[in-house]
Amino acid sequence: MKLTGAQIFVECLKREGVKHIFGYPGGAVLPIYDAIFYENEFEHILVRHEQAALHAANGYARASGRCGVALVTSGPGATNAVTGLADSNIDSIPTVCFTGQVPSHLIGSDAFQEADIVGVTRSVTKHNFLIKNVEDMAKVIRQAFYIATSGRPGAVLVDIPKDISLQSCEFEYPEEVHIRSYQPASLADVDDVLEAATLMAQARRPMIYSGGGIMNARGSAALLTKLCQTYRFPVTNTLMGLGGVPFDDEHFVGMLGMHGTYEANMSVSHCDVLIAVGARFDDRVTGKLSAFAPDAKIIHIDVDPASISKIVKADVALIGDVKLVLEQLLTALAAQDFSHQQEALNMWWHQIDHWRAKKSLSFVQEPDAEVKPQYVIEQLHQQTKGNAIVTTEVGQHQMWAAQLYGVRKPHRFITSGGLGTMGFGLPAALGVKKACPDATVIDIAGEASIQMNIQELSTAMQHNLPIKIAILNNSFMGMVRQWQQMFHGSRYSHSYSDSLPDFVKLAEAYGGVGLRATTPQEVREVIAQALAINDRFVLIDFVVSKEENVYPMVPTGAGLHEMVLA
Amino acid sequence: MKHIITILVENEFGVLTRITGLFSARGYNIESLNVAPTTDESMSRMTIVTYGEENVIVQIRKQLQKLIPVIKVENLTEHAHMEREMIVIKVQANENSRAEVLRMADVFRARVVDVSESSYSLELTGKSNKVSAFLRMLTPHGVIEMTRTGSVGMKRGSEGF
Repeated sequence: MKLTGAQIFVECLKREGVKHIFGYPGGAVLPIYDAIFYENEFEHILVRHEQAALHAANGYARASGRCGVALVTSGPGATNAVTGLADSNIDSIPTVCFTGQVPSHLIGSDAFQEADIVGVTRSVTKHNFLIKNVEDMAKVIRQAFYIATSGRPGAVLVDIPKDISLQSCEFEYPEEVHIRSYQPASLADVDDVLEAATLMAQARRPMIYSGGGIMNARGSAALLTKLCQTYRFPVTNTLMGLGGVPFDDEHFVGMLGMHGTYEANMSVSHCDVLIAVGARFDDRVTGKLSAFAPDAKIIHIDVDPASISKIVKADVALIGDVKLVLEQLLTALAAQDFSHQQEALNMWWHQIDHWRAKKSLSFVQEPDAEVKPQYVIEQLHQQTKGNAIVTTEVGQHQMWAAQLYGVRKPHRFITSGGLGTMGFGLPAALGVKKACPDATVIDIAGEASIQMNIQELSTAMQHNLPIKIAILNNSFMGMVRQWQQMFHGSRYSHSYSDSLPDFVKLAEAYGGVGLRATTPQEVREVIAQALAINDRFVLIDFVVSKEENVYPMVPTGAGLHEMVLA
Repeated sequence: MKHIITILVENEFGVLTRITGLFSARGYNIESLNVAPTTDESMSRMTIVTYGEENVIVQIRKQLQKLIPVIKVENLTEHAHMEREMIVIKVQANENSRAEVLRMADVFRARVVDVSESSYSLELTGKSNKVSAFLRMLTPHGVIEMTRTGSVGMKRGSEGF
């Protein structure tokens, strides 16, 4: 059967099981948009800016477990997508982005809307392709999905010149994908697993540190929880790993790192065996490297061999799919004798409880005073019973959400971890809502971040995606201001959010509901009100105290044990 | 310390840029780089000479291996290996120095490729340090221009890559 390149594109997406794509049309992708005009098997969600298409695909991928898919045009469409690609790639989120390209004969001629997007995105994607022959279309699309979703997942870009979309060839779908130069690891070496199990059984102060790898290896969170419950090991999550164990599990000591809990950071600093599971020792996690887990043997479980000993030298490396490796490890641990460890564990837990007693995340909300931003997060948690899927923008609100929302299950805290992209949360929430239409989806935002992709309120209306947006409005780029206060002599250089729009009117202008809370009582009332509205988006402007800082905090250059409590 | 890394890659568009982009993005050094197709035209072989601490070299190897079109990576410095580099050099040769330049070419077993009234063009193949020594000996005579290939290499013995 002869098909055009554009038709092959549609066929391939259907066979990959794609149900939703996020995109924005333009000249070079017109043939593809024409081919999807009558398409019913997958739905196209029209965003208002290409960056948002990528963030929506990212949120969709994380909530659904499928690959996120975006479709944008050449030149500015493609360059607008770059931030979203970089964001997905650094957080290892499976995303495939299709870009239109000028016709083959015009490539390199500085044609209208031409950008060398394969060149531009080489360093922010796991891999990218330029299709040069229509005969390669099916094979490349198949490989793109395979590369994006396997091994350490990431962003893949496929650049399709306009003439290739219009040419025809015999369509043959490659059932198998084999790339001779790409073979992701699956199972860890048996001897290494045994060595890790032995080390864990001999530990006196064990500590588990898990990250986003737990989210990518679907089903591994249950194994992680079983591991810490069975052996009474304390566990901390990174920002990307929140929900890896339920927040109210007694073994969970909170997030670690720059704004982690006191007990998490002290436990990591004093443990004698640290088991890193799908985490990559990011600088926001480790603080000063020489002071990071100084007395610990490091066991590192990761699917990416290049993550091993990149930052912190691993004593035992278990390279493979995190879920499969945890299964291997649990089997190996069952054969170990843990009876000698119990007394040491009792002492270790006694010590951890002592650190916990500091209550490093506590805050005081006076009933008639200004609203504390932390109070808003706490109320959101209480009124949703911790069952919402939360996305965030980037900054102080993101840290408060991570500290205080309390994530009960995996894939429910969706944030831009590695790249730290302001403007991520709103489009990501749209992707999440598309993947989980029955869930309560809340974008916890700041008044500065939300303005970076505010146009997506229009997308929320058009596609009937009734999300909630909770703006913690302190009239500052809060995290910038906090650093200026702490490290730059309180010179608040250009961090004041001047000329803010009236967010309530703005929400109404876009067709949604706008609410505002300025007192603790109003906070409780508007949250209840917002949760009761399910037919359109609700934006809440929480007017909070202006100069609240995020604590506890590890100052830059300090060790985790040197964290400041307030 | 100097390391010679040899890489087998898919012979496809953009692969050289992926490799050099990796080195520049991650701040690794490249002293020389050589690339050409192999007997199997679907593959190219690259040799990169780089400097770095042991942990950096290990990372370079892992990061290279992580690139999708990279089939195989080996650090030749860890094995008994052969290493060869070629230089073509054009040297001034006047009445007084012609004999001495030729004698130097003979000592290093270089070949004369081109002759003019006032110059010799010489070709030499050898290990990198030999090539450097040859260049050093000719420099006082006046080097008009020169070009070096950078090292290529492989493991000694009967085993293939």
